[in-house]
Amino acid sequence: MSPLLDVRKLGVHYVTARGTRVTKAVDEVSFSLEAGETLGIVGESGSGKTTLALSLLRLLPTAARIVGGEVRFEGEDLVPKSERDMRHIRGKRIAMILQDPMASLNPLFTVGDQVAEPLRVHEGSSRKSAWARAKELLRSVRIPAPEARVKEYPHQMSGGMRQRIVGAIGISCEPRLLIADEPTTSLDLTIQAQYLNLLRELQRAHGLALIFITHNLGIVAKMCDRVAVMYAGRMVEAGPVKAMFDHPAHPYTRALLESIPRMSDARQRLTAIDGQPPDLARLPAGCAFQPRCPVAVDRCRTEAPPDIVVAPSHAARCWLASPGPVASAAAGRADVVGR
Amino acid sequence: MATPVMEAKNLSKLFPVKGGFLGRSAGVVRAVDDVSFTIAPGQTLGLVGESGCGKTTTAKLVLGLEEPTGGSILFEGKDLHSLDGTGRRHYRRSVQAVFQDPFASLNPRMRVGAIIAEPLVTNETLPGPEVKKRIAHLLELVGLPERAAELFPHEFSGGQRQRIAIARSLALAPRLVVLDEPVSALDVSIRAQILNLLRDLQAQLGLSYLFIAHDLAAVAHMSHTIAVMYLGKIAESGEASALSRAPKHPYTQALFSAALPSHPDERREEIILPGEVPSPLRPPSGCRFHPRCPHVMPRCSAEVPALKPQETRLVACHLFD
Repeated sequence: MSPLLDVRKLGVHYVTARGTRVTKAVDEVSFSLEAGETLGIVGESGSGKTTLALSLLRLLPTAARIVGGEVRFEGEDLVPKSERDMRHIRGKRIAMILQDPMASLNPLFTVGDQVAEPLRVHEGSSRKSAWARAKELLRSVRIPAPEARVKEYPHQMSGGMRQRIVGAIGISCEPRLLIADEPTTSLDLTIQAQYLNLLRELQRAHGLALIFITHNLGIVAKMCDRVAVMYAGRMVEAGPVKAMFDHPAHPYTRALLESIPRMSDARQRLTAIDGQPPDLARLPAGCAFQPRCPVAVDRCRTEAPPDIVVAPSHAARCWLASPGPVASAAAGRADVVGR
Repeated sequence: MATPVMEAKNLSKLFPVKGGFLGRSAGVVRAVDDVSFTIAPGQTLGLVGESGCGKTTTAKLVLGLEEPTGGSILFEGKDLHSLDGTGRRHYRRSVQAVFQDPFASLNPRMRVGAIIAEPLVTNETLPGPEVKKRIAHLLELVGLPERAAELFPHEFSGGQRQRIAIARSLALAPRLVVLDEPVSALDVSIRAQILNLLRDLQAQLGLSYLFIAHDLAAVAHMSHTIAVMYLGKIAESGEASALSRAPKHPYTQALFSAALPSHPDERREEIILPGEVPSPLRPPSGCRFHPRCPHVMPRCSAEVPALKPQETRLVACHLFD
């Protein structure tokens, strides 16, 4: 069976008005996602993770161009589709939750109108039945007293409630894939825990596939089956979450995992990554991480590394990642982890 | 024990809320309500809690940017209220701050050298070459090259800007630095650099920190003591590693159980709290946490629990009476 989403060698470039400067925001990115699976896409600001998410829905800003590759969703390539066809997919087959719920809700319409809108647009429901369904949806995202809340406006809700309403809009047409771009960064810790559990329940109930765009490895550890790490527009490592936490194959992933403070080893010195993420318009030659890499060799400075498979469904773009003993040792483990 | 750098005694800050016809008083927000803590020399107090719990108001009180409506702040053992002009100036120089967003806290029209020197120029009369020498020394302390002084803030990345903000805060050789979410605006790979720098500076200069952050792991990593706030009150405070490993107050337990795991195998018992933090305008009666507490008892809604010693720390909960 083909996967639900299959992205192949996708490239998205930002081009200046005169076409003189090209920024490779997403560079030959490939990954796939099965129905009901959760993928975490991790990266720092400017690593291309949000551009990647927007290109899946073809919601890119005008300066951005998809320059190559395919986005196969349920077997169909979305890249050549017309704007009109895409409108039938957005919100219906693929939905998205953005970081700031106040910015994604319209302050001039009631919550009920906004939750009912996709139902009226995509399924042609009557106003009455859409509103009845909106109440059910609000109940399913744990909004207390939904009968009263449907008539209220976004400013009357707390941040956590607004984000749950955005979630209700997301699942209103029962999409197959939900893309969540930093969905909990604006929420408090205990509200974040509530929200993540809610997303997981919705995922189980509807068989949703989830893509989490995040900079937070904790969310990946808690929520995801698989993870893809982006650095400077490229996917530098992808694999099962547990394998990646136990045996990170790319030096960037390894450094990232080591640089995060942990509750258990308080007041020990952190292993910091030197330098800073590169400017995408002026990428270094060879591997983009090479100037900050503690183990870089001469080859890294001249040639960009290809994807090297280190274990089943676990690959890294690093010259030092070997499919040798590490892979064979990890292979047995990956079988247990992989599903 | 040495005199604490900073001691807050029963500190309160109420904000009147105006509303309705002719702006009549509609009540008060008890942003900080009867809060006490001490910060020892060379130590870090971590302050955690969710938005609206009073962390930032506490920081403003400590910085002298807000006047407390009740209680007192003692700096080096002296009550701020009893200080004369000279004492007050000394206090303002000795307590500095680093804020969350280094894109907002640095003036884009000033050169980095001038930004760092501003506290020196306004507080001391130093000859030009001496100022230059101090700028060079401060830049070296925070790991920036000397030529950075000639550049403007926009020429630096977020992490480097935060280093500039730290250099500025150190210009007057303070004793206490208030760090309000100092790394949350930075990229993940840069955070460790800044946290390490702050730790090194503390060891080198004997600084005390008041560290405010959302990220519990970062607070546990940086702090010697942690105070957990909920709706303007301290729910629990104590030695950092003991508190983060075995929290006692039901709110602290829920908060730390909601922290994200550092490994996919790390499974902790999650306590999912019902509802949300109530409005500080109408805080619940008795213990302010009681409507969300999984261990609520009848007396919780009637009596405000006092912050009492419990083994090595202080807990405000009727469960421990």
